[in-house]
Amino acid sequence: MQKLTNRSKVVSQKDMSFLEKAYVPAILSGMGITLKHFFKKKSTIAYPEQERSFSPVYRGRHVLKRDEKGAERCTACGLCAVACPAEAITMTAAERKKGEENLYREEKYAAVYEINMLRCIFCGLCEEACPKEAIFLTPNITPAYYDRQDFVYGKDMLVEGIAPEDRVDISKRQTWRDNQKHP
Amino acid sequence: MPLYLIIEKSVLVLFLFAVTMGVAAYSTWAERKIAAFLQDRLGPNRAGVFGLLQPLADGVKMFMKEEFIPSNAEKLLFIAGPGLFMFTALMTGAVIPWGPNLQIADLNIGILYVLGFVSVGVYGIMIGGWASNNKYSLFGAIRASSQMISYELAMGLVVIAIIMLTGSLDLKAIAEQQKGFNWNIIYQPFGFLIYCITALAECNRAPFDLPECETELIGGFHTEYSSMKLGFYLFAEYINMFISAAVIATLYLGGYNMPGLDYSTMNPILGNAIAFLVLFIKTLLGVFVFMWVRWTLPRFRYDQLMHLGWKILIPLAIFNMLLTGAGVLLFG
Repeated sequence: MQKLTNRSKVVSQKDMSFLEKAYVPAILSGMGITLKHFFKKKSTIAYPEQERSFSPVYRGRHVLKRDEKGAERCTACGLCAVACPAEAITMTAAERKKGEENLYREEKYAAVYEINMLRCIFCGLCEEACPKEAIFLTPNITPAYYDRQDFVYGKDMLVEGIAPEDRVDISKRQTWRDNQKHP
Repeated sequence: MPLYLIIEKSVLVLFLFAVTMGVAAYSTWAERKIAAFLQDRLGPNRAGVFGLLQPLADGVKMFMKEEFIPSNAEKLLFIAGPGLFMFTALMTGAVIPWGPNLQIADLNIGILYVLGFVSVGVYGIMIGGWASNNKYSLFGAIRASSQMISYELAMGLVVIAIIMLTGSLDLKAIAEQQKGFNWNIIYQPFGFLIYCITALAECNRAPFDLPECETELIGGFHTEYSSMKLGFYLFAEYINMFISAAVIATLYLGGYNMPGLDYSTMNPILGNAIAFLVLFIKTLLGVFVFMWVRWTLPRFRYDQLMHLGWKILIPLAIFNMLLTGAGVLLFG
């Protein structure tokens, strides 16, 4: 018969030899293996003190970006909420008043923008749906809380700061994504 | 009995009790540490340096947990079970010779006493499992007791070979006779192996920890136990392990003897201290091997366990006994 893969192995059902039946050599070699592991480098990461490095395209907690002048990019179009398969995103739109041009980029903005981190599956569809390059996922992780209510992130948790040092760098993610789109 | 003897023995009892308890407490820590190291993990390292305060934290947790007795349980026996198990575990330590003059009770039937108390230990498990009034606990208890009884036979037969070599049931005489490097393991390698296997089974240690399979029996004989009563069962298991490692060291690994050490020419206090340390280190090595085996081998299936006990170990032990008898006749 023709083999389907080159990984197939011949299985034999021949009787075990006396040494194999005695099991003791096999047990001893097994103990040797575990003893070797005793001296191996440990793969534990002591979390709070030590953090593992994530891939730059790791899909962690979200950020709502501002533009170069510090105005919020989000225009509350709702495409992210529509794209969200877990229905974690909700928002309320509002109209920009006079004098708020430096705060919001366009006439419409999100007065309330909430992501329920308990529902979110970190699929990244919101960031793909966003036409304004406003929402991105970052390699930061969502911390644990005691109350369910604390997991609903409002704008205070999501929008990045205005000061340059408070900005969240998503350039790696952007380059990676652009390369995926136009290889 | 003269007063000084009473004081001496009391001090010895308290000292050994403290050592046994301490070792058992730190065995729980060592077990987790060793398990972790064998599995490329770190194990407890938050409570104190290297997690050394972990047994304390465990103890506090055990005491703080809710004390629960099922309403249909046989209350008195339910409480007596872990107590009896603990009691028998601690009693065996009395006859182990820790040094030329460091023995609580120098019984001339020492090894019989050990085997006797080990078999009484079955009652602790059986009573606990039965009094819980829970099918799974009872199954676990029956498994445990049938396993312990089955392996006791092979253990006894193997010990007979040692007794033939020594001509005495006295543990101290057995230890004395292995002076220098005249260890019994050299004359009884098979016996040593069989004794180690049966000791593992007697302590309900993996790969013979069938009374406790979570998947089949929920938790085995201590399913219904909580708080410090469960703690007693688990703790007594570690004491058992320590004591049986000490018995193995006494029977096969030369007891407190070490090649190149002669206690008769030493200052008695120094000699006893060194003897204690020698046996203690041997015992701790034995405990390490017990743990090492546990984290290497998977659990047996129950019929395989019985097969090994009755059809392999007992005939092998009898064969070993016959061989020893022939050896003693020819060369003794």
